[in-house]
Amino acid sequence: MTTDAASRTIARSTPRPAASVAVPAGAPRERRPLTGRRWFVVVGGALLPIALLATWQLVSTTGLVPVSMLPSPAMVWQAAVDLAERGLLGQYVAISTQRVFLGFAFGAALGLLVGAIVGLSRLGDILLAPTLGALRAVPSLAWVPLLILWFKIGEESKIILIAIGAFFPVYTIVSAALRHVDRRLLEAGRAFGLRGVPLFATVQLPAVVPSVISALRLALAQAWLFLVAAELIASSMGLGFLLLDSGQNGRIDRIFLAIILLAVLGKLTDSIVGLFERWAIRRWA
Amino acid sequence: MSTIAPAAPAAVAARETAAPVAFRGLGRAFAAPDGGEREVLRGIDLEVAAGEIVAILGPSGCGKSTLLRIAGGLDRPTSGEVAIGEAPVAPYDVRCAVGFQEPRLLPWRSIERNVALGLPRGGDRREGREHVARLLELVGLADFAGHRPHEVSGGMAQRASLARALARNPEVLLLDEPFGALDALTRLKMQDLLLDVHRAEPTTVLLVTHDVDEALQLADRIVLLGTDGETPGAGIRQTVVVPGHRPRDRGSAELAELRGRLLDGLGIDRHGTARGIQATTTIPHYPY
Repeated sequence: MTTDAASRTIARSTPRPAASVAVPAGAPRERRPLTGRRWFVVVGGALLPIALLATWQLVSTTGLVPVSMLPSPAMVWQAAVDLAERGLLGQYVAISTQRVFLGFAFGAALGLLVGAIVGLSRLGDILLAPTLGALRAVPSLAWVPLLILWFKIGEESKIILIAIGAFFPVYTIVSAALRHVDRRLLEAGRAFGLRGVPLFATVQLPAVVPSVISALRLALAQAWLFLVAAELIASSMGLGFLLLDSGQNGRIDRIFLAIILLAVLGKLTDSIVGLFERWAIRRWA
Repeated sequence: MSTIAPAAPAAVAARETAAPVAFRGLGRAFAAPDGGEREVLRGIDLEVAAGEIVAILGPSGCGKSTLLRIAGGLDRPTSGEVAIGEAPVAPYDVRCAVGFQEPRLLPWRSIERNVALGLPRGGDRREGREHVARLLELVGLADFAGHRPHEVSGGMAQRASLARALARNPEVLLLDEPFGALDALTRLKMQDLLLDVHRAEPTTVLLVTHDVDEALQLADRIVLLGTDGETPGAGIRQTVVVPGHRPRDRGSAELAELRGRLLDGLGIDRHGTARGIQATTTIPHYPY
């Protein structure tokens, strides 16, 4: 009995002599199903985008839809190259990404803190939860005029709006998850002398790690949503500005470009959190 | 599953003390949904000597677990008091260790780190690791130290839970139907393991169980809990001193007779006399 996997097999099964479960070292590995293979996952996920791109190319080049309504992929690519040559594409992507990350970082950190207070303390729950629930009900766009009046049309107003967007999913999910930590595990922790911060670090925090990461993922998506809301209304650069500016100038190719960039950037950042999630779930769940 | 190592007396660090437990006029009532109170325990008076194993037996819902939880400071009595040694029980009393009905292991920690959770706070880290290693050896889980709880069987998880309770070097070990969820054979092995552990470290043990045979096999004394049918709240109906020394012969006729009487006390018809078969016994009737 040498391999870890083999000893695990014994562990799960009912008691029996170890030797009977031994797997010969040279035994052929069981073939994994198609959906379990890496190349299939990658190719399968790319199928639909490729099909969409092909359809788009077909529809726009055959003249089925006028290019003023649906520009061809080549035109969108040309728009990207054009903007990149003027140094605007990189700048827009960079400033939008920076706003999302800053707003996400502030909002998520505050969401974790307030979520922990409300989820762990009955008093915090009584004092804060109703007010936060009411604030959560305010539509995101309602904050915009107020933020512009208070913070002018600078970076602060945009980052605060994005932070508001990132705060609520984290706060809601974390406070609920902490409230629902298995009481029996908590009692066991207390029975073995844990209280306060050690109890939190040993039982409550690890128990909610998967929820926290789901919350962060949701908050990041929300941050991109709020970014466009913030940039649509008052800005001179960024992807939301590109959308608004192009809409006013009738540059439909740039509108497509901005939408595609938002989709790609959103998916990319989500994948990064997804990788972290997979690692964390292996570690804690 | 590897075999359970016999406990050599020197295998585990020597315990300094085993403490006596005293319940005095203890009662517990819970708030009922209708706004009133529902009395669960009433007037419990019980003295448990240091190093003694006392089994608390009773029908389900009679307050056995509540009594145990009060002894460990996991719950508070509404009347009376409970003391370990001289001092009354504090909330989550550090002198006790609890073995729960379910393993209650932290799923994200290895078996080894779960057992280490039971170590007293502020101890030497290296000594703690060695103690955990000895305990894992004792409960036969040394090969599974690095496994997560979901990777081992229910019986192994329950043994890990017992090792965690032992890691505390408790003055009083509180076991709440610790083997209840195990299959019959594993349960017998676990009982023997508990006796091995107790021989190596004779701590005071309070054991809640609904299994009469388990109580007879393990305990010095059996306390039968139940209501008298008139007033609400369970009290001590009977206290039985189990004859002989451990480990006891599981097939002994004396124990079989006692078993019948205890089942009788639990309201189970033993069928012997009902069919006209006169039970013969050498055991005097209680009180002895």
